[in-house]
Amino acid sequence: MGPQWLLVLSAVLFTLGAFGVLWNRGAITILMCVEIMLNATNLAFIAFARQFDSAEGQIYAFFIMTLAAAEAAVGLAIVIALFRLRESTDVDELNLMKW
Amino acid sequence: MGALETVAFVILATLALASAMVVVFHRTPVVSALALAFNLITIAGFYLLLNAQFLALLQVIVYAGAIMVLILFVIMLLSITAEPRLHRSGSIQSVLAPLIALGCAVALGLAVYRGSEGGKYVVSSTDFGTVRSIGTELFTTFFYAFEAISLLLVVAMVGAVLLAKRRL
Repeated sequence: MGPQWLLVLSAVLFTLGAFGVLWNRGAITILMCVEIMLNATNLAFIAFARQFDSAEGQIYAFFIMTLAAAEAAVGLAIVIALFRLRESTDVDELNLMKW
Repeated sequence: MGALETVAFVILATLALASAMVVVFHRTPVVSALALAFNLITIAGFYLLLNAQFLALLQVIVYAGAIMVLILFVIMLLSITAEPRLHRSGSIQSVLAPLIALGCAVALGLAVYRGSEGGKYVVSSTDFGTVRSIGTELFTTFFYAFEAISLLLVVAMVGAVLLAKRRL
């Protein structure tokens, strides 16, 4: 079992998350798919940290985790604002800035 | 990795992929959110396999604890029982989404394949992944980045309050 299997898993999870972001219309589901993508990158970082015995990969994963927390807070606040305006979480209805 | 780790890896990978599929394809946001919480916990299991004990703990506390509670809170606050899932057939997204995902899969697959030679674990040092080693690194080499990330959290907090306020 080499580290490449973890990278394969990370790649599959990332692709799944990316597909979910593009395919879904619900804002909350899109946020959750973004969390899956961030986690996939974290997994790759930690696999590399273990492979090269370096703490740096773990530090990057730590920063990404903090970033994900900030992203979830702001993203969910935007979802609430959107819901108040449109009574739905459909991102197709977010066309206020359409040219 | 030994045989036991291989078994653990296969089980965790199956669970992680299955729960990620549920998150992406299930219609009910609450089910998706709970599947995501499960997915995050399986990923914490991978961190344990990779000697990252501190991050495994953080994953459970920050992700499965804080972020998932926030998401579930919003779902229940807005009482969303079913979100609109797929893009309407014939829209640009329904054509582009599989194509872009496929492109992403090919690019990542090539990257993993190219980098797969020399894929061996170095024997890790004894204090690898402990709070002490991470903390030392965090407060010496990455000190300014650490301070910047705390600033980011404050900005995110203020931004979230501002956005969710009824009237500015």
